[in-house]
Amino acid sequence: MNKPVQRFLTICLVALAVTAPPIAASAKEIKLLNVSYDPTREFYTEYNAAFIRYWKAKTGDEVSISQSHGGSGKQAQSVVNGLEADVVTLGLAFDIDAIATQSRLLPADWQKKLPNNSSPYTSTIVFLVRKGNPKGIKDWEDLVKTGVKVVVPNPKTSGGARWAYLAAYAYALGQNHQDDVAAKVFIKKLYQNVPVLDPGARGATVTFAQREIGDVLLTWENEAHLVLKEFNSAGYEIVTPHQSILAEPPVAVVERTTKRRGTTAVAQAYLEYLYSDEGQELAGKHFYRPRNAKAAAKFAAQFTAVELVTIDQVFGGWAKAQKTHFADGGVFDQIYHP
Amino acid sequence: MTPAATTFHPPREPRRQLNTEPVWVRRLLISLALSFLAFFLFLPLAFVFTQAFAKGIGFYFKSLTDPLTWSAIKLTLLATGIAVPLNCVFGVAAAWAIAKFDFRGKNLLLTLIDLPFSISPVIAGLIYVLVFGAQGWLGLYVNAEHPWFPWLAHWLDEQNFKVIFAVPGIVLATIFVTVPFVARELIPLMQAQGRNEEEAARVLGASGWQTFFRVTLPNIKWALIYGVILCNARAMGEFGAVSVVSGKIRGQTNTIPLHIEALYDDYNFTGAFAVASLLAFLALITLGLKTWVEYQNARQDETEISS
Repeated sequence: MNKPVQRFLTICLVALAVTAPPIAASAKEIKLLNVSYDPTREFYTEYNAAFIRYWKAKTGDEVSISQSHGGSGKQAQSVVNGLEADVVTLGLAFDIDAIATQSRLLPADWQKKLPNNSSPYTSTIVFLVRKGNPKGIKDWEDLVKTGVKVVVPNPKTSGGARWAYLAAYAYALGQNHQDDVAAKVFIKKLYQNVPVLDPGARGATVTFAQREIGDVLLTWENEAHLVLKEFNSAGYEIVTPHQSILAEPPVAVVERTTKRRGTTAVAQAYLEYLYSDEGQELAGKHFYRPRNAKAAAKFAAQFTAVELVTIDQVFGGWAKAQKTHFADGGVFDQIYHP
Repeated sequence: MTPAATTFHPPREPRRQLNTEPVWVRRLLISLALSFLAFFLFLPLAFVFTQAFAKGIGFYFKSLTDPLTWSAIKLTLLATGIAVPLNCVFGVAAAWAIAKFDFRGKNLLLTLIDLPFSISPVIAGLIYVLVFGAQGWLGLYVNAEHPWFPWLAHWLDEQNFKVIFAVPGIVLATIFVTVPFVARELIPLMQAQGRNEEEAARVLGASGWQTFFRVTLPNIKWALIYGVILCNARAMGEFGAVSVVSGKIRGQTNTIPLHIEALYDDYNFTGAFAVASLLAFLALITLGLKTWVEYQNARQDETEISS
């Protein structure tokens, strides 16, 4: 072999050795991946630490939990496409239904596996306005006034945005004797006031709070409280409308994945622990409404009383609401033209 | 930008008065260009660095040494470290074939090399999801009830080899978007140089490899380094394609740009800008290297002309 060739091969070998992927860590460590939606970042950071302590004390095993966050619908699509989640903790039941029907990774009756429709905590949709509420926004009616800019994410990709849309629609139905035509007129006017549709709840919050676009942000109650905490100097105010929707963010074990990875027991325990006193307390601390009566009583002061309608009662369940309102060519496509 | 324009330097001519515009016009134009650059390029960059240090130097280094930041840096270096050498070898091979030989399908090859430039990086990411995703070709094959080769499907399932939402997908996406950089840099130069020197070497009895290492490679050295630098810069900064295939698992599949986005969305703006300043710093190093290479290249041209 001549010298230049030798030198070339040496360079190649060195390059390969430098860039070769590190050998995977030992497989004994239990790893969980929780694929979640946008506003749960802070809650699960703290809850994961609590669960790791609990599991270590109970079984002696070390478990490490990774998080992935994004718009609820987008996250569900990633799981369908192969993002290997052990548990999904998404913004609404339809997104987990979509995983079940499109990929058969979990059974169709997943929502019956855990108490309270598999939703360990609930939330609702509230308004966040700028300091002193300069536009005088008090209820849904005020959002359709001319000159009011409403920031809300895209209902096609964001779970919170779908709850917000449905809350507004339910309000309009109630005001117009359940007349769909009048409700559509209302919702159309509302979305005409939306200058930009972000893909996820967190993006919308950053648009409203950091980039200072819009007069009112329609968002999850827990996200609104978090903004008050994170941007406390800006003086934002939460406005709770007289009526809103009961949002149930569900959780589920992705059974086929956990069976293959041998993590079914710990994944199940991870979700069940959400219903424990400690889990419920952390949910309350991060401004979710706890299910557990003790935790609910403890955090009662931070939530304003609001009349809550449910999706089953007004829209006949998620499958029907999704098909009528958010599917291609549905009501949202009819009323929203950017 | 045509790559040839940056690598091919005409010999310098003695100074001559080419422009007859009055001084104030020249000064106005120069100050206009400079203030535009200051406003749109320098100010945002300066803003990144001031924001990065908004909470003090301690917080800055805490953000940079965070385990999640480290894993993002490692992943970016890994993806870049694989993509750049591969594209370097491919780029040289493709440019050599195109510039020194005639064959059928040459134009097709040229078009294919340009493909990553012309399609959106998001589409590039989606292509890989459609092929390797659980609902894509490979995924459907693994999950099928009756695959053609049950042992193969079983083996793939057993190995649990993941492309999308794992490191291989990120590396693939990075390679895809950086394919044209080296090849596009070399082709015009090698075409301009022609094949006379290689033919002479062959006539004098050099083997193919000898011709390549002794004749071709020295001729294209600076253009190659320049292409590698550009390729490297793009590989480290790539967002769109990687974002689609990453799955954004913190500490596992977040590259530096994705980690910056995650920090920003966590309301950790200072942390986001701290990591962004690191990326900006890497870009500045790249820029410095690029200038140095251009300077070396120009110097070499001058010595060749004077000798």
